Amino acid sequence: MLHTVNKSLFQNGALENCLRLARDGDAILLLEDGVYAAAAGTVKSSLIEQAVKRFAVYAIEADLKARGLGNLIKEVRVASYGDFVDLVEKYPVHAWL
Amino acid sequence: MIISILVLEGPYNHEASDSAYNFIQAALAKGHAIRGIFFYDDGVYNVTRLMDPPQDDRHISRRWSELGATGIDMVVCIAAAKRRGITNEVLAPNIRISGLGQLASMIHESDRIVTFGD
Amino acid sequence: MAQKGKKVMVTVRKPPHGSIYVQESIEVMFIFATYEMDLSVVFLDDGVLALHPGQDTKELGIKGFMASLGALVDWEVTNVYADRQSLKDRGIAEDAIIAIGKDDDSGAPIHPRVLDAAEIAAMMAAQHSIVSF
Repeated sequence: MLHTVNKSLFQNGALENCLRLARDGDAILLLEDGVYAAAAGTVKSSLIEQAVKRFAVYAIEADLKARGLGNLIKEVRVASYGDFVDLVEKYPVHAWL
Repeated sequence: MIISILVLEGPYNHEASDSAYNFIQAALAKGHAIRGIFFYDDGVYNVTRLMDPPQDDRHISRRWSELGATGIDMVVCIAAAKRRGITNEVLAPNIRISGLGQLASMIHESDRIVTFGD
Repeated sequence: MAQKGKKVMVTVRKPPHGSIYVQESIEVMFIFATYEMDLSVVFLDDGVLALHPGQDTKELGIKGFMASLGALVDWEVTNVYADRQSLKDRGIAEDAIIAIGKDDDSGAPIHPRVLDAAEIAAMMAAQHSIVSF
């Protein structure tokens, strides 16, 4: 499955909720305010640092750029909307709104 | 691949409309078909032709209208629209008001449905 | 009962009353149940708060949707599940969650089935489409 997360992990549990139900081999796409989870060196970085061991984690490049995020957790894959489309082709989607 | 899109959040207030639009553009560029776009919850506010944003910003209902002009089925939920005062009188061109059954049909006729919302 | 066709799931993760999402998700369930699809509904995370006993929106002046939620089974929305951990985290006893209908023969209340995360995850992975609120 592809899980999309669009909430800031600093004020919303959507990412943690998602990680609780995601299964090995699933993909997680961070978009909108969800991309803050991809930032390195935050009090919450360990969530994605752990998640990348089990899941392919992507973050939308346009959302990262909009928010000035460049220092990312190394294993996070920067994705275009085209990459998002490819992920949707590969997996059914659940949006963790 | 045939994709349908569900938009649950209003324009400008939330990025959902923009994410949906950018996703759709990328899907079309890759040669995928968009079976339909369904607007629900506050998403119904996306389609009023009364919106008049500053000239130097995107015009969200016009963008949807232009996608509708290409033949993509653009549907606003009637129950959600009535609650919020979205009627045929204020509807942007190439968009129609219909029931939730249209969302069921989109799911039936698509390989994937992607939800954008808050 | 329309139990053929594609497997479609509605997930409800928002709390009730503070916003309209739960109410409008129930309207989706009612309509989907009349179409040819294998529909399941899962309440998880804050969505389980919609199953909290004793909800009454009268003093808010809001019609609310408790009557609809209590009649899901009458509308043929029968595969309804709640996440065990989400209930536990929010202090809701599994045997206290509201009924979604009555058994035709015995009149006994029907409740959402409480499942573990792994069961819900497996069910999600088997869907053709998931619509989330």
